[in-house]
This record gives sequence, structure tokens and C-alpha cells, in this order.
Amino acid sequence: MSLELRGITKSFGALVANDAIDLKVETGEIHAILGENGAGKSTLMNIVYGLVAPDSGEILVDNVVKVIREPSDALASGIGMVHQHFMLVPVFTVAENIALGHEKSGFAGRLDLHETRARIKQVSDQFNFNVNPDDLIEGLPVGVQQRVEIIRALIYDAKVLILDEPTAVLTPQETDDLLKIMRELKVQGTSIIFITHKLREVKAVADVITIIRRGKVVGNASPNASQDELAALMVGRQVELTPDKLTHSIGESILKVKGLTVRDITGRALVNNVNFEVKAGEIFAIAGVQGNGQSEVARAMVNLEEHVEGSITLAGKEVVGKSVRQSLHMGIAFVPESRELDGLIASMSIAENLILDLHDRPPYAKGIQMYPSIVLSEAEKRKDEFDIRLQSVTDPVSSLSGGNKQKVVLARELSRPVQLLVASQPTRGLDVGSIEFVHKRILAERDAGRAVLLFSTELDEVLALADRIAVMYRGEILAIVPSGVTAQELGLLMAGVVHA
Amino acid sequence: MRKLRIKRLSLRAFVLPGLSFLLAMFFGALLIIFSDSTVLKHIGHPIAFIKAGGVAVWQSYLALFQGSIYNPSLATPHDGLFAWYPLSETLVSAAPLILAGLSVALAFRAGLFNIGAQGQFIFGSIAASYVGFHFHLPIGIHVIAAVLAAVVAGAIWGGLVGLLKARTGAHEVIVTIMLNYVALYFLMWLLGTTTFLRPGRRDPISPDVLSSARMPLLAGNNYRVNFGIFIALAAAVFVWWLLSKSTWGFRFRAVGANTAAAKTAGISVPFVMTSAMAISGALAGLGGAVHILGSDFALTSGTAGNFGFEAITVALLGRAKPLGTVFASILFGALRAGGGTMQANTNTPIDIVLVIQALVVLFIAAPAVIKWVFRLKNLKSTGDLTAKGWNG
Repeated sequence: MSLELRGITKSFGALVANDAIDLKVETGEIHAILGENGAGKSTLMNIVYGLVAPDSGEILVDNVVKVIREPSDALASGIGMVHQHFMLVPVFTVAENIALGHEKSGFAGRLDLHETRARIKQVSDQFNFNVNPDDLIEGLPVGVQQRVEIIRALIYDAKVLILDEPTAVLTPQETDDLLKIMRELKVQGTSIIFITHKLREVKAVADVITIIRRGKVVGNASPNASQDELAALMVGRQVELTPDKLTHSIGESILKVKGLTVRDITGRALVNNVNFEVKAGEIFAIAGVQGNGQSEVARAMVNLEEHVEGSITLAGKEVVGKSVRQSLHMGIAFVPESRELDGLIASMSIAENLILDLHDRPPYAKGIQMYPSIVLSEAEKRKDEFDIRLQSVTDPVSSLSGGNKQKVVLARELSRPVQLLVASQPTRGLDVGSIEFVHKRILAERDAGRAVLLFSTELDEVLALADRIAVMYRGEILAIVPSGVTAQELGLLMAGVVHA
Repeated sequence: MRKLRIKRLSLRAFVLPGLSFLLAMFFGALLIIFSDSTVLKHIGHPIAFIKAGGVAVWQSYLALFQGSIYNPSLATPHDGLFAWYPLSETLVSAAPLILAGLSVALAFRAGLFNIGAQGQFIFGSIAASYVGFHFHLPIGIHVIAAVLAAVVAGAIWGGLVGLLKARTGAHEVIVTIMLNYVALYFLMWLLGTTTFLRPGRRDPISPDVLSSARMPLLAGNNYRVNFGIFIALAAAVFVWWLLSKSTWGFRFRAVGANTAAAKTAGISVPFVMTSAMAISGALAGLGGAVHILGSDFALTSGTAGNFGFEAITVALLGRAKPLGTVFASILFGALRAGGGTMQANTNTPIDIVLVIQALVVLFIAAPAVIKWVFRLKNLKSTGDLTAKGWNG
């Protein structure tokens, strides 16, 4: 089945998200759409899937114009989508979620999930997804939740499958599996629209690459183009994909973590007896697939976890048992995993977000009187220092792009005297240009002699930045390896394979 | 440039409540027409019907105005200004409502839905009344002591909610509803005790507060308007300062808008919840004090009237902003004061006022209706109301 878009235009107020976009996806083609965040990829796909109505333009399936007003129209036309943000009901099981909208009822209206269960098992086994149809969604790690989304699309046999950043939370092995699946689907005649910013995956699997920048198609590229060429097309300028890392001397140990165990409310250990050290001027990366306890280790560094055993010392002083505030003021900068949820307060201004931690200290406040004018003038300084692109520091922080939001978080966390930077997934969901900025900033902190504890699921990021790498698997550190390790070895470790 | 932005913003903030009120008045007019038997007699004759309907609506709304702001027929040769007596009544009703409304608005901004202004108001009333009739203190000091007692009582009753939420996760809506009942029945029990029951009376009513504990009158003995309205306005300025210029307000807003991010940045969420509810309770308690020491003087089982619940309405109508809450409270005070006159002078029952109040809130809660009726495109909700639902 082929899919063609002609002159798709959509504006939100003054912002033109899609500007006369033409796109043709042939039968059995893997068509990658590359673009930075905010380039208009998601809007375009939401239009194809019937979630957003275009201002003008038409959608053709097999050369016939289709009116797609709702996702059900898209499904009926054979278009399936796996969203970047999952569309699952957390309190339902996998089978219930997949049956949703297609429920079969048995005797006296009883929900009949037998067939759904069987098909989930079949697809799960076929592609090695390891998904149990009876698990509750809310109990599943994010990575598994996404596999459920992929299964759903596969089960309702979409002929054109839209994958919106599908590999963001997968292990390298799982990603390879997914790429394999994509190739198989392609052989069977399914067309795939593959939205991603990961250049390597695009090169590995795509037949055609369309690059979108600021709502416009800026060109097509062949998968043979180099990563640098693709990045330059995407960003509109030359980009340094691998930051220059100066070799320099590493100082003494700043952070010592001994026997760290973090439990959830039921007493189950999410992190089990973890030990490591981070030295001054060193980037210590903790790699691993999402949901293996890294988030909890990161949060425990500033006492955001409740049930913690063991010891965390910063320059000899015990951190465990302190309040979050005390931990931060001991000299820990904390960049949380989710900017939107934990890092920023969307409705408050950029200036206010820059001083969430320092709002009650001079010069911002004396006693309980705050000085909003100083808050604003300091914000202007931070804006320049961290190159935050904004219209006004009094605008809500939600008006910023992902990269600029992360700069706000970094600017805030690095404005205190800092000995240790804890950065959790600092580039998740960012565009290439912002990733470049964040990486340079992290390296600058290391070069200034600070200890950096980096949590990342991105192989490339870990390999490019880290001096030493620990791999977490099921709550434990499986191995600590030097930075010279290959992507292959690291990928196997992340999948829990110790001896390859 | 910045000034211009602020102007445009505040204009937008008034558009939705203003249009909601207009639309509610329109539906109120329809009700007046169709509930008036003398108008309905003309239903077969369109012109006479419209005419009679118009007259009925005009007379009702005129009576509403005369009962709440200015009534020339009250003026006497000796005292021409007495025509303004209704305005005094409006302000008397508005003062406690402003305070209770600020209580709800402040909690809203901290992400807490304080249904308990009623209970906090009752506790404030009890404390103010007890200090007011039981102790003999010098003039001036007495009223201050009674007010402070009410503030403390309200703060404790409110702070308890915050503490329970912070320590146990108990939802503040459930807790405040229950504490409202506790406060009400505690009041009724108190009014049966010898300390609180007025000597010589068997119905539940306390002694009047001593004249030394009463709010000073502002316009002489003929008008009930008293110093309470100044306390209410001062409280509004205080809440504005607290929310926009103080570290406490900053934390309230931060926790209200995103608890997780506030916690991650080192703000103590339990402390914020407790202190926000304590200040919220103190404001409602102050409302009780203004009501007892300013106009009612004695406690009855119905002392709090509907203040604590209307407070939620005015806070919503005022979009949880101090200035908005003040305007909304004065509007509601006027409706309350004028409703009686309307009922007395025309065929229109006072319930129309309640319908108008309810409709205003309904339209504010469903801005899509207003946008549709008035063909507005770019009216965005300003997003200051941050109290969350059951899962928040």
C-alpha cells in the first residue's frame, strides 16, 4: 500500500508547523523522516493518523484521496501508529489495552479476551517481545509498554505503520530486533514511516530519507549519506556529533557509594547493593536499559527516594538521611530524568524556574520578602551564559523547546557551588543541536575538575562522554568497564550478558 | 512594552467572568419572564408578551440594583445620602465573603482544594464570639484580641488538614468536608452549654459580643458598614503580596503547579501543604471574626450561613486571584443584598439570584459555552487554578 501526502499545511497561531509538505511512501518501503524536535514531524504524523486536522492538503492511499478525520478512519485505511507518548490505560492489562476499541463479548456481555491473548502471545513470541498479556500496564517498565504499543499496531495489521521515535527506550539488541522486524514487515509489503533522530538507525534500515526542518521538507537523502551530512541537513549547519574530549588528569574520589539499596514501598529492592566511586574530573556513566534501577540510584543521590540503605558520601560527608534541599546545597547538581515532570514547573516563568532552589536566599530574597526584579536580572544573565533562546524571561517555561528547557535546568543546577553533577538522561528527546550543547557543558564541568555521574540509555552518548562505564542490570551493577569498550560489548552487557 | 502585556492579560482575565455574568443575567431574565404569571397571561399575544416580559425583567433587575447599591426612595429630606444604604449592606455581606474567598483562592494556588472554609469560618466565629462576650478588655484591645483568636482558631482548623494530607496523604477534599460537619456540630453543642447559651434564651444563640469588641462603624449608626471591609481589602493585598512577592507564596505556587518538580528542587512539600492550609484557614477564620464582630454580634447555629461555600464560587469566579476574588465577592454581596428587595418589590423570587450565581460558575467552568455564544476565538484559560482532582 502506498501513502502520499500533498501540500499538507498546518499552523498553530503564528507558528507554521507544516508548510506545504509533499511526501510519498511506496509499497514496502521504509521511509525515514528525520528532523529536529519541533520541526513538525509529529504534527505531520498526527495529521496522517487523524489526530490533527490539516489546514489544507490531501492524503492519498493507493492513489485515492482519503478523508481522515479520526484515528478510526486512519485504521480503516490501513494506517497504524506507534506514538512517542504511549496511548495506554495504566490500570488495564496488556490484553485489555490491545482489545480496547475492538472488544469481543462473550456470554451475557462478558469481555472475551481469549483471541486477543493468543494473538499477543503469537506476536510476542514471533518477535521475542517477552510480553505477558495479563500484566498490568502500570507495573511494566517503559520499554515494555512501548513493545505493547508496537504489538497493538502489528495485531491490527496496518499496511502503513508509523513509528514515532520507536527505539528511544530499547536496548541496542532490542533495537536490532526491531530493525529486523521492520525489514521483515517490509518484505511482506508493509510500508513503514520511521520517525527518528538517530542517524545510525536511519542509515541501517531506511530506503528513503526525507529531512524536515522548520515545517518544510528540505530535501531527501540516500542512506549512503554520512551521519555528518545528515545532521547538517537536519540542523541547517555543521554539527559536531562527537565532542572533542581532552585527556586530563583525574583527581581524588569525590563521591563514594557503598552498599546502596533502594526499595519500593512494598520492600522490593529496585537497587541492590550497588558500590562505585566517582573521582574529580571524571565522567562516570551508568548505562543500562531503562527500568534497571538507574533512575532510583540517581534519585537516591539527592534523597528523593524514601527507602534507602547503605552510604553515599560526598567529599567524606554522608548524604543519606539529609533532606533534598540539604543534599543539593552540599554541592550536588541534579538534572532529573524528566524535565517536564521533575525538572521544571511548566506554568511558572523561566526566571522563576531558574531559581526554584535558591528562591529564599540572597540576593533573591531577604527573610520572606522576595525581589522579583533581581530574579529577572539574574535570569537575563543565565539566559546569555547558557544560550537559552527565548522571547522573554517572564514567559512560562512551557513556551520553550525541549533543548532550551534542558538549558534552564542545567543553568539552575550549575548556579550553585557544585562538586558533583548528577545528570539523568540529560539529552533524552533533544535535537542534535541541543545534544551538542549539553554534551559540551557536561565535558566542561568534568574539565573544571568536578565529578560527573551520568545516567544514560544512549550507547553513543555513554561512549562519547564517559571515562568509566558501569552497566546496571536488574538493580545491580553488572560490570564496570573502561571507556575503550566497544558498542557491541556494551550492548551485550546492557542485555544482561556477562560472558559473550 | 511590559506594561502593555500586563494590560492585555488583565483584560482577558475579566472577559470570561464578565461575559459569564452577562449570559447568566440573560438566562435569569428568561426565568423571570416565564415564572411571572402576569406575564404568562399574554403568551398568546407576542407583542404584549414581550412588552410585559420586558417590564418584569426591568423591574426585577432595577429592584436588584436598588437593593444592593442605590435606592432614591430611601432618601429623606434630612438625610439624602441614605439612598446609599443598600451599598452599605452589600459591603457588609461582601467583607466576610472576600476573606473566605481569599482562603479558598490561596489554597487553590497551592494546589489544594479547600472545601473547608465553612468549618474554618465557624471556628473563627466561635473564637471571636467567645473572646468578644466573655472577656472584658479595653476598647481597641478587645476587638484585636477577638480577631487574633479567630485567626488562630481558623489556622489550627485549616492547618490540621494540611498536616493530615502531608503526613498521611489523606485527600483534603474528604478531610475538609468531614471537618465542616465536625465544626458545625461542635458549634451546635457549644450553643447548648451554659457558657455559650445566652441567659434567658432556650433557642441556640450566644450573648452579643460586648461593644468594646465590635468593629468600628464607618458611616455612622444608621449604616452597618464597618471596619471589616478594610480588613478584607487589606487581607487581599496581603494575599497578593504573599503569592507574588514572598518566598512562601513562591513555594505555594511551585508546589501547586508541579509538586514533583518543587520537591526535586528541594522545596519541602509537607511544610508547604501545612502552612498553606494554615494561612488559608486563618483567612476563613478572619472572615468569621469580621462577620460576628462586624454585623451579627451573636453566634447561632446558622452563623456561617453559606459563606464557606459561596467562597468556593467567588474564588473560582475571581480565577483564584486576590483582586478577582474581591470583585467577585462584592458582586455576590450585592446579589445577596439586592435579592431580598427584589423579592419584596416584584413577583420575582429570590431564588433567581441563586440561579444567576450558579450559572455564572457553570459558564466559568465551561468556557467553551462562552466562546461559542460570543464567538470568541482566542480566549485562553489562564491556568491559575491548580487544585487537582482525586489523583492529584
